[in-house]
Amino acid sequence: MSTIAAEPGVISLREITKAFPGVVANDRISLDIVGGQVHCLLGENGAGKSTLISILAGMQQPDSGTILVDGRSTPINSPKAAVDLGIGVVHQHSTLVPAFTVLENLMLGETGVLRNETRAKARLDELSELLGARIDPDALAGDLGLGQQQQVEIAKAMWKGSRLLILDEPTSMLTPQAIEKLAASVAQIKAQGLAVVFITHKLREAYQMGDCVTILRGGKNVGHIGADQLASFSEAQAQRAILAAMFGDDVATPEAADLAGATEAHREVDDIELGTKRVRLELSGVATRGHGHDVDIRDVSLAVHESEILGIAGIDGHGQAALAEVVAGQRSAAQGTIRFDGADITRRGVAGRQQLGLRYVTDDRLHEGTVGGMSVAMNLVLKRIGQRPFWKFGQINRKAVDAEAERLIADYAIKTPSSATRAGTLSGGNIQKVLLARELTDGARFVVVNKPTYGLDLKTVKLVRQILTEFAAEGGAVLLLSTDLDELVELSHRIAVISDGEIVGIVPNDGRGTAERVGQLMTGAIEGTPATEEAHA
Amino acid sequence: MSLLSASVLAAFLTAIIVQTMPLILAAIGETIGEQSGVLNLGIEGVMLVGAYSGYVAAISSGSPWIGMLGGIAGGVVANLLLLVLNVWLGLNQIVIGLAITIMGEGLTSVLYLQNYSKHPQSVPGSSWAIPGLSDLPVVGPSLFRQSGIFWVLLIAMVAIAFLLSRTNWGLSIRAAGQKPSSLDAAGGNVLRTRSSAVLLNGAFVGAGGAFLSILTTGTFTAFMTGGLGFVAIVITMLSRGKVTWIVITSLLYGIAVAIKNPLQLIGVSVPADVFQMLPFIVVMVTLILFARSSIVPPALGSPYTRGAR
Repeated sequence: MSTIAAEPGVISLREITKAFPGVVANDRISLDIVGGQVHCLLGENGAGKSTLISILAGMQQPDSGTILVDGRSTPINSPKAAVDLGIGVVHQHSTLVPAFTVLENLMLGETGVLRNETRAKARLDELSELLGARIDPDALAGDLGLGQQQQVEIAKAMWKGSRLLILDEPTSMLTPQAIEKLAASVAQIKAQGLAVVFITHKLREAYQMGDCVTILRGGKNVGHIGADQLASFSEAQAQRAILAAMFGDDVATPEAADLAGATEAHREVDDIELGTKRVRLELSGVATRGHGHDVDIRDVSLAVHESEILGIAGIDGHGQAALAEVVAGQRSAAQGTIRFDGADITRRGVAGRQQLGLRYVTDDRLHEGTVGGMSVAMNLVLKRIGQRPFWKFGQINRKAVDAEAERLIADYAIKTPSSATRAGTLSGGNIQKVLLARELTDGARFVVVNKPTYGLDLKTVKLVRQILTEFAAEGGAVLLLSTDLDELVELSHRIAVISDGEIVGIVPNDGRGTAERVGQLMTGAIEGTPATEEAHA
Repeated sequence: MSLLSASVLAAFLTAIIVQTMPLILAAIGETIGEQSGVLNLGIEGVMLVGAYSGYVAAISSGSPWIGMLGGIAGGVVANLLLLVLNVWLGLNQIVIGLAITIMGEGLTSVLYLQNYSKHPQSVPGSSWAIPGLSDLPVVGPSLFRQSGIFWVLLIAMVAIAFLLSRTNWGLSIRAAGQKPSSLDAAGGNVLRTRSSAVLLNGAFVGAGGAFLSILTTGTFTAFMTGGLGFVAIVITMLSRGKVTWIVITSLLYGIAVAIKNPLQLIGVSVPADVFQMLPFIVVMVTLILFARSSIVPPALGSPYTRGAR
């Protein structure tokens, strides 16, 4: 047990340990959460942040360690227990029921027989005022923009008079404008004396929003900067202290700072003169129709030049999947034409486009992208089944397959025990490398990538971005769909914004302020004001 | 005899009511289950268990009311299997459902053959003439001379419609079918919510079976549901959780069944087989026309385990 005596009004974690098969997610983590303060939890993917908050939220039980509330040891063994203690969580993945109205979502979990809508509306008004947001109680949650959904989630977390509000990576899907609104709401909540735990992997946000910072790495608490200390630090000092904790002292600081999102993102690809480059892929007036619950694209016209990375920004689920699949050939175009190097490929199937050098890296790398039960080698030649030299007279040529696999494993630094290992057992980052290796080999000239770095650790993120930049520099063309604005700004030459299946504008990525302009397009399109940016040809 | 004579119309109306009620009850039961995310494919078997246990309770007590209670109890007991294996242990709903259907069919057939087939007994009739109203032409002898059970079940249906749409319990049920993790995170209990839905599902489906044996036919025969449970599943999917829609679509089926007698009376000479096919043709046509707009709860059919994504 720790020697620090817990004070009242404080939620303290003491020596919390939680192990999953093969990994210790939380290794003796101790920290104090104080009312009226924003406590930032910082760490990269896999550092144990999510496990720690699911323990606080009662979704998971620690293997050992205690949680002290007001100095008393208090087990939190169910989400209900957490709610009763006044711990409200806004999860990274939405917990709103899209088919319910805002009010129904908020009232979920209430006790008593009859639904008391009058009381619920009054409570919502109270919270709206606190959050500084107007929310229509009768709107369907699924129809709200992401920023508004998040405000509803916060209201829901505070519904029963919260004492601790936990925000799990709340900014990852928001526009810069929505992030500002969120920061204002957090400041108001803090002023009410509530404790806020703010989880992020972006250092810049930790410094801007946090009163104190705890850094997790590999499941351990590797550094804490208290409120007094953080207030006395300049931004540069704080950065240095946090980076040292995050990566150890030996990491070259500018690079690490960049990886951790310490500074504002800026373009890292070389300039290209679009006028001198030939158009590799051209969509004109392309629309898709009817595919379950997905948003379809309407009248999309785009051109991607050789050596260009064209970014597509947009809030998740606004037609990105339809766009990626219609380019890849997995979905047929209901209208419009698709040209590749000037030739009409609208009617060509996946295999036909594949042979022309048009490739697709899906965002669903576990299910759509790879066959988990098959070997890494097989996954690497998955799209060349039946082709020589891997297949001869319908027979698989193991030697040729293994040789190709070994070559790709070495080229892309895929960490796998052997080429015969089942692909499903690899880490997310290595599975993504398998996908990239498969798609970018054998005469690739163009690639669509959808959320290529989502959920990956920082080192792989850097590697994936490097692979894409190099591919473009060597004359390939990339259509990069992403919800991470920083990523788009770093990699793209131009950024198009997709909203509700339509391209609402294209912003050339030159100099500062690109993210803000893209954000304006995203929100402008969502909140109904006409997009002001002109498409830049 | 004319098609429009009062007695023919009254008989037609009576037939519609008694043919539709078992289906409505079963579809309401199925709706409660499906809204909470539990697909009860064993509904055919549960209906037969309800029909048989209702029949046995009715003839041994001499009271159709006790018979109905027996049917409800039979349905609940049959659904305990689904409750334990699926809701608690998380086994596959389709396999369990089909097993319950086959088991219900086999069990009730064997028991009936063993115990009653040599000396079939009829359930005593039951009707309650509402003073005044029962003297009206056409609706008097049909609607207002139904058993009191009919009226109690009508009240139960209205109650279920109210519970589903206006109470916190109904909200939990729907959340369990839409996104169980949200219900869990909100401090609700997914297993308890789904358990209550499965038990109510059993009660209503059992009541539907018992209505069929006690009031519609007055007797039990092996395999007497003849696919009615599966029709109820179709109606449930088409009705999207709305009790009013269940009543309307079930009535379509009931009319298709009941139209046989008036048509034969006015001398339409079509083989009897055609009339027996008619209700199923109606169901199929309805499906073709409206199946695109049927929306099932997203979490339907998947057992809930906390923390699994």
